[in-house]
Amino acid sequence: MASFKPTKVPFLPKLGEKVTEETLYWKNYKSPVQIKEFGAITKIDFSPLPPHNYAVTASTRIHIYGPHSQEPIRSFTRFRDTAYGGRFRGDGKLLVAGSEEGLIRLFDISGRVALRQFKGHTKAVHMTSFLSDGFRVVSGSDDLSCRVWDVPSAVELSSLTEHTDYIRALAPSKLNPDLFVTGSYDHTVKVFDMRSGSSVMTMQHGHPVECVLLYPSEALLVSTGGRYVKVWDLLKGGQELVSLKNHHKTVTCACLSSVGNKLLTGSLDRHVKVYNSSYKVVHNFDCDASILSMAIAPDDEALAVGMTNGVLSVRHRRHKKDKETLTSRRRRGPSYQVFVKGKNFVPRQDDFLVSKPVKQYLRKYDKQLKSFEVSKALDTALQTWTRTSKPDVTVAVIIELKRRGTLKNALAGRNEESLTKILNFLLKHIFDPRFSRPLLMVGDIVLDLYQQVFHQSPVVERLLQRLMEVLGREAELQQELLQVLGILDTLFTSLTPRKEVAALAASPVAQESQLQAA
Amino acid sequence: FRFVLCTSGDSVKVYSTRTEEWLHSLQGHTNQVTGIALNRANHLQVYSCSADGTVKLWDFIDGILIKTFIIGYPLFAIYVSEKHDGIVFLHIAMDTDSKNECFQLVAVHLPKSAEQEVEAKELSAVSSRISPNPSCTAFGREGQYIAFARHLQLNVYFFRKQKTYSFSLKATDKKGAKNAFTCIACHPADDCIATGHEDGKIRLWRNFIHTKEYTYSTQHWHHNAVNTLCFTPEGTNLLSGGIESVLVQWQYGAGNRKEFLPRLGGSILHVSTSSDGQLFCTSHSDNKITVIESSFKVCGVIQGLVKGDAVLTDLMIDPRSKALVLNGKPGHLQFYSLMRDKHLYNLDIVQQEYIYEAGLDQFEVVKAAFDINGYWLATVEERGQKSSDLEFVLKLWAYDERTQSFVLNTTITAAHTDRIISMCFSSSEETTMLVTTAEDGQFKAWCQGADADTQQDQSFWSCEFVGSYHNLKPTNCSFSADSSLLAVNFQEVITIWSPDTWELLTTLCQPPGVVRDLCFGRLSCSKYLIATTTRNLLCCWNLLTCALEWSTSVEVSKLQPDPLSENVAAFSYQSKHTDLFVFKPSEPRPLFTHKNMCSEKIHRAVFVPREEPLNNCDESSQWLNRSQLYFLTQNMDLLTFSTATEEDRMLSSSKRLVIDDSVAVTPFYLLLGKHRQQQQKLNTPSHPAADKPQQPQGSVTITELLHTPAHVLPAASVLCSMLVSSLLISNTGVRKDPLREMESSEQEMNSEKEEEHSEEEMEACDSQQELRAQGSVDEVTPKLSKAQERELKRIRKTDFSWMTGLIDSKP
Repeated sequence: MASFKPTKVPFLPKLGEKVTEETLYWKNYKSPVQIKEFGAITKIDFSPLPPHNYAVTASTRIHIYGPHSQEPIRSFTRFRDTAYGGRFRGDGKLLVAGSEEGLIRLFDISGRVALRQFKGHTKAVHMTSFLSDGFRVVSGSDDLSCRVWDVPSAVELSSLTEHTDYIRALAPSKLNPDLFVTGSYDHTVKVFDMRSGSSVMTMQHGHPVECVLLYPSEALLVSTGGRYVKVWDLLKGGQELVSLKNHHKTVTCACLSSVGNKLLTGSLDRHVKVYNSSYKVVHNFDCDASILSMAIAPDDEALAVGMTNGVLSVRHRRHKKDKETLTSRRRRGPSYQVFVKGKNFVPRQDDFLVSKPVKQYLRKYDKQLKSFEVSKALDTALQTWTRTSKPDVTVAVIIELKRRGTLKNALAGRNEESLTKILNFLLKHIFDPRFSRPLLMVGDIVLDLYQQVFHQSPVVERLLQRLMEVLGREAELQQELLQVLGILDTLFTSLTPRKEVAALAASPVAQESQLQAA
Repeated sequence: FRFVLCTSGDSVKVYSTRTEEWLHSLQGHTNQVTGIALNRANHLQVYSCSADGTVKLWDFIDGILIKTFIIGYPLFAIYVSEKHDGIVFLHIAMDTDSKNECFQLVAVHLPKSAEQEVEAKELSAVSSRISPNPSCTAFGREGQYIAFARHLQLNVYFFRKQKTYSFSLKATDKKGAKNAFTCIACHPADDCIATGHEDGKIRLWRNFIHTKEYTYSTQHWHHNAVNTLCFTPEGTNLLSGGIESVLVQWQYGAGNRKEFLPRLGGSILHVSTSSDGQLFCTSHSDNKITVIESSFKVCGVIQGLVKGDAVLTDLMIDPRSKALVLNGKPGHLQFYSLMRDKHLYNLDIVQQEYIYEAGLDQFEVVKAAFDINGYWLATVEERGQKSSDLEFVLKLWAYDERTQSFVLNTTITAAHTDRIISMCFSSSEETTMLVTTAEDGQFKAWCQGADADTQQDQSFWSCEFVGSYHNLKPTNCSFSADSSLLAVNFQEVITIWSPDTWELLTTLCQPPGVVRDLCFGRLSCSKYLIATTTRNLLCCWNLLTCALEWSTSVEVSKLQPDPLSENVAAFSYQSKHTDLFVFKPSEPRPLFTHKNMCSEKIHRAVFVPREEPLNNCDESSQWLNRSQLYFLTQNMDLLTFSTATEEDRMLSSSKRLVIDDSVAVTPFYLLLGKHRQQQQKLNTPSHPAADKPQQPQGSVTITELLHTPAHVLPAASVLCSMLVSSLLISNTGVRKDPLREMESSEQEMNSEKEEEHSEEEMEACDSQQELRAQGSVDEVTPKLSKAQERELKRIRKTDFSWMTGLIDSKP
């Protein structure tokens, strides 16, 4: 004797994006914390030391925030003009920043007053950084020069004027203290070697360069500028590896996640895009305003994004522990012990074992279907929660009723309220290609059954009116799609060589299914 | 010992209720057995009646025919009653021509005579004009009256009064009820008749001793016709069953109190109870018997080859288990082991609750295909062929090593825009590919492809190529032996494609006539492509030259290539009988021809690979060396060919046993051997000649004893005496040894009787068996002429070889 087979809810492909592990990983951030700064945030830098404080450069201040505080734990305000490019040293104890007036200041994290000031640039310094030995500072300025300064003596060691436009991007090598990369508005990216005192490599980006970034292996270099993100292979003499065009406005910043070296880019189009190792976009963060700067904490614990409207938005990673507390709070009632009680009990030798039959768990609509209560089963499937969050279950029950030949019986004899429910469900889902076939049938039956009494209820009449409109619009759309399909077909025929005539019929599946719906 | 007896074709089968094993069958009727009834006087005997016009009395425990009564008319049902000792009541056709469906209930006095065959001519008609349905007649309390119904009339015949009272119902009630009677049961202790009706009502008639003052009460649960009714022996409960496949137990006299036992299988045809009321037994339309305890729990299922309404899928062989696969229960595929003649399991394809309701259009498995390793199974289920909106689903199943069954891998809902006509897997070992052809004029190739984005271990099937040819309808597809070519025929035209590049290589055409079937040659003949057309043409192309090699004019209904050899079997249906041709594609002359094989058209056939190839030198049966041909007729009989050597083997199984005497040296054997050696030593001087043959024979018995599964062996106490007797020095007087007869148990008697029986009748019986083709699928036996060459073997064969060992051990 077989047991009752429950209604099978078909697994339908989701029409949206595909869920991958990458998207799951990047989705696992809490909703952003918004902190208002005084002006556009031009630079964010995380301290390499735990607890990974981060310095935010905005307007005439540099604020240092702790990992979870919304108030700055320290701020450097002694700037006369706009500050730029505040960056930590490799040990996290010193911070260097340029400014609009051309002065470069060096701060101790615990102090307030600048320890050193490097004078020499004649125009604004947008980028400053320590070289990896920690004793030298490199800066790129709007006066087209790139200078290296000695920290102990505060003197300029060398000045490199190879660029022909503003220098707005700078990245020192972490492996070699004499190497750094600059990007400029003259569309070039240059690699400088302090030992030779000149550039050793030049790459044409093709657009004003906004940001350069070195991979930890320092074999790959990322440059952003215009709408393009380009990846260069330094070991092959600066060969372009890949050129990405996923943003529709200038890409202003880029950073690498520390887990798996995934590339993240932020753009004026208010999106942060995450690329996988084969440079396909796997995730997308939306922000409220154009993005100017972005940084990600070690271990991807937090993602900080700075925007033109002075809002700093920080997303913290969600941890498993948080989740568990959430679920444990939800699950109450009989505890787990009740169900596993006596599971480890070992019967003694002379015990007579009576096995308990396993009870089949059935959903409510299945129980009703089992006892042939078709109207009740449809009611259960049309309950608000099921109807809104799991329409596939509702449709599965409808299909099952149709298979049993009792759909008409289930739909008959309903009052205004439950008829409204059905019509609302139809309105919402009838043009969904996954559900349209059974739902159109439901619509037909409803019209057949209640034709005589529709005018008695203004609510139902209005809903029917709307249903008609929706269907009319859908039919028009289908018509247009068919036309497009015809155009595509002629295009394909003219393009494909005569031999592969048969391959033509392979039209996209999505269109096919929509046609079926028509 | 408890047994279940059921009629099956021309024999009555006896099953054990405990083990559900088939014990033996009562064979002797020459036509379909139509009814059985226990002999009330002797509870170990059973009457059976058959369409061959005889009533036979059997001892069903031992399977011995006691008596044959020749009536002379085809019989359709049998009833007996305690009160009427020596009288059986039979249904006979009133007129000999079958068109006029008038049946007569007659009482036959069975003459008491010592002879085996007795002619019983004392017929006395009880009533004419009775229903042809055997369940519409039943004996009342203590055999005082007999009730029978026909259409809308219930008749009760009282034996004492010699009078018939009749009660009739109106044809239709106010609510459109259909009142025709479908079955009858009488209460064993009360004057109450329960009748089942076509609309599912059950009426309980009382007080029918008076024509005017009768009353009845109505109970209604079944939504379709009640097929069977049965009172429990004490009369406390009434059992009813119908198409819903729910056994309903009504409490007698307690109104509407009832219990249900749902989802038993196919629709219930008969219900019967054991004489002590401990067990119930239902027989189902899908060739199944369910044994149910009185506590309403199923305790045993006896399942034959599941018989559906039709076999829609091809006959297939599961490459792993070598089981025959075809439609089984609705929505299932059944796996049936031909070697062991046993139903293995059902694979649920549709995975939906089956609603037992007449006229409801439900999903049916219409196509199925295995890939060459048996790792993948593709199925197509379909619904709504009759109505306008056709629904069909293509499913792909992967074999799971851990659970040893198929697991659903991919479901494709709208694989084509119209129904799928045929499908096949590629025959290469490395890449599996499925090709489907559909009525929408396209064929599609499906491949298993890993989805790179989702990064899951499982890989699903997706469409790789869609092909069409001038908008013609593709009907058949076939892969060549090495899967380098795919042949798809579009009506008259056969197109050859390369599955690697999906290039159309060439087209072949031989008008007139649409191509009906096509296949590639195998092994050395793989360069040939064979096709049959609707205009009686069998063509063979050479694919190297792309030219027609030969063609002959023959109407072929089914073309079946043997996967293990070059041979191709073609079933030809001409002038109302089917011929079989077996040929090699390389030469147009058939290897083997069999004219007039059977009278039905054959649409399904399969070659079943043998476990070990035969070394048959006989020219005409060499094609059966590697695999065996099974085919299914339109009557749903599964038939097969067997070779002469197999026949020999079956006939002289004792001979084979002697040859096969390569028994493993077990401690038991050593012990026995020693014992025997001692015996030999003792006996050598006196009886050297008598002893020599005994040794191999004795050991054969033991071999068989040791190799037979323990549960089918008789009790050890029984065996012991047999063993000892087989070890005894044989002398001529063994069978009449009074001592042994004294101590012999019932089982021993059985075996001895069996021996006698079989020794007397063995030759005649066996030859009869071989000539008779009997389908185990259907109860209808095809009538076959005695053709000499063709020996159609029964599929069911008993393993009584251990018994034959015993036969041999006696001089």
